[in-house]
Amino acid sequence: MTAVLARGFDQPVAQSQATFRAVMQALANPGRLIAFRSTLDTDTPLPVNAAALGLALLDFEVTFHLAPSLSAGSVADYLRFHTGARAAKTTQDAALAFLDLAKDTLCLADYAQGTPDYPDRSTTLIALSTRAETGMAIAGPGIKAVGTLGIAPLPADFTVQWAANRAGFPLGVDILFVTEEGFIGLPRSTRIVGGV
Amino acid sequence: MSAHRQTNSEPAYNFAYLDEQTKRMIRRAILKAIAIPGYQVPFASREMPMPYGWGTGGVQVTAAILGSEDTLKVIDQGADDTTNAVSIRAFFAKTAGVAVTTATEDATIIQTRHRIPEAALQGHQVLVYQVPIPEPLRFLEPRETETRTMHALAEYGLMHVKLYEDIARHGHIATTYDYPVHVAGRYVMDPSPIPKFDNPKMNDCAALQLFGAGREKRIYAIPPHTQVVSLDFEDHPFEATKFEHPCALCGATMSYLDEVVTDDKGGRMFVCSDTDFCEGRRAAGHHGHLYGGETLSKEAAE
Repeated sequence: MTAVLARGFDQPVAQSQATFRAVMQALANPGRLIAFRSTLDTDTPLPVNAAALGLALLDFEVTFHLAPSLSAGSVADYLRFHTGARAAKTTQDAALAFLDLAKDTLCLADYAQGTPDYPDRSTTLIALSTRAETGMAIAGPGIKAVGTLGIAPLPADFTVQWAANRAGFPLGVDILFVTEEGFIGLPRSTRIVGGV
Repeated sequence: MSAHRQTNSEPAYNFAYLDEQTKRMIRRAILKAIAIPGYQVPFASREMPMPYGWGTGGVQVTAAILGSEDTLKVIDQGADDTTNAVSIRAFFAKTAGVAVTTATEDATIIQTRHRIPEAALQGHQVLVYQVPIPEPLRFLEPRETETRTMHALAEYGLMHVKLYEDIARHGHIATTYDYPVHVAGRYVMDPSPIPKFDNPKMNDCAALQLFGAGREKRIYAIPPHTQVVSLDFEDHPFEATKFEHPCALCGATMSYLDEVVTDDKGGRMFVCSDTDFCEGRRAAGHHGHLYGGETLSKEAAE
């Protein structure tokens, strides 16, 4: 590495907390966009909101996995340097897994699902995506009656994959969709109840 | 007391006392807890500058989510003015410099010991419970390995046997606090020792509810608008506690009441456990039969 790495948080306490609170609200209110724009410098190797999420949640205790489209650049060096987290050898070992929905294939079953005794030992997916105006109808904890999941692009078989993920509850993965405007959460407890 | 901001936060500590690595660990546990409603996520609980049993779990959860813009309310059995509530509120005013309040509607984070406020909570609020024993099956099965398997298999028959034994012995379900609930149709959860009067408030609550057990090292959660059902039987349905008296100070008939002994001749009065709720009603002109004209606090009434 000869290039200079992008900076991390200037105010790690406040910036970590602000990022976490937005993520917490996103996961507690599935499908709802929680508006957030990180104050990180914009030259981060990941989109700033995704970079902030990594800096806020990673440390030496956990591992991260990068999908092929993100593994070529300096993302791994950036996360390792600023957080001390290790890169996971496989998707099964990752606490957080970053992928870009526009470039990487999404296969939920590839990631750690947790165990019946410890369903929390699962991967949380950080999916770079964009917000769509229309979406699928969703229901479950955190949603009053019926909510909407408006995300693009999603793979054609996403509904099938998610149904399988939900069928394994309490095992499964949780997804945090990261967009320019903020975070949208999709915890494993959410069911997709209707099409676009 | 109205909201005020204390600026002399103690520089020898990190913001909100805990170090950042501890906060990250707790935050990751909270995210898992929200994703799996009612499941107890193990976490590496830290020593806090207060004894176990004084809310070390709740304090750690609050410290991990708290930001400088938050307004914190702390209640102990509904009261803002008891030792536990006052000292935890002072702890965060000192270590985080956050605004504190006693008004339920002004708070963004409410840490509670064994009550849910009477006022309906809002979507932007977070309710943090202090939990002594997070495992609802613990007094039925002491082995952690066994209770973990029981949760994994959703094998909760034993809990119904316990409630049935209540009926066999007393003719009704005699559990009045710490009343077990079924969360989102999957996990049976201990709601912490809140009176069963408060159980219905957990169902479809607009606020996020987080539970922290410091000594037992567990965090669990109920997301907003989640189905929370108190366990019962078809022929012995769950019934929330009802009171024969209205509050002696504010006349409320729909609140949870504390019994206060007033003399050594058997005199007693029943007053709202939620002091903010009771004071608000008195300020609005509602008076009970022992209302003395001034703003009585429970301590003054004794």
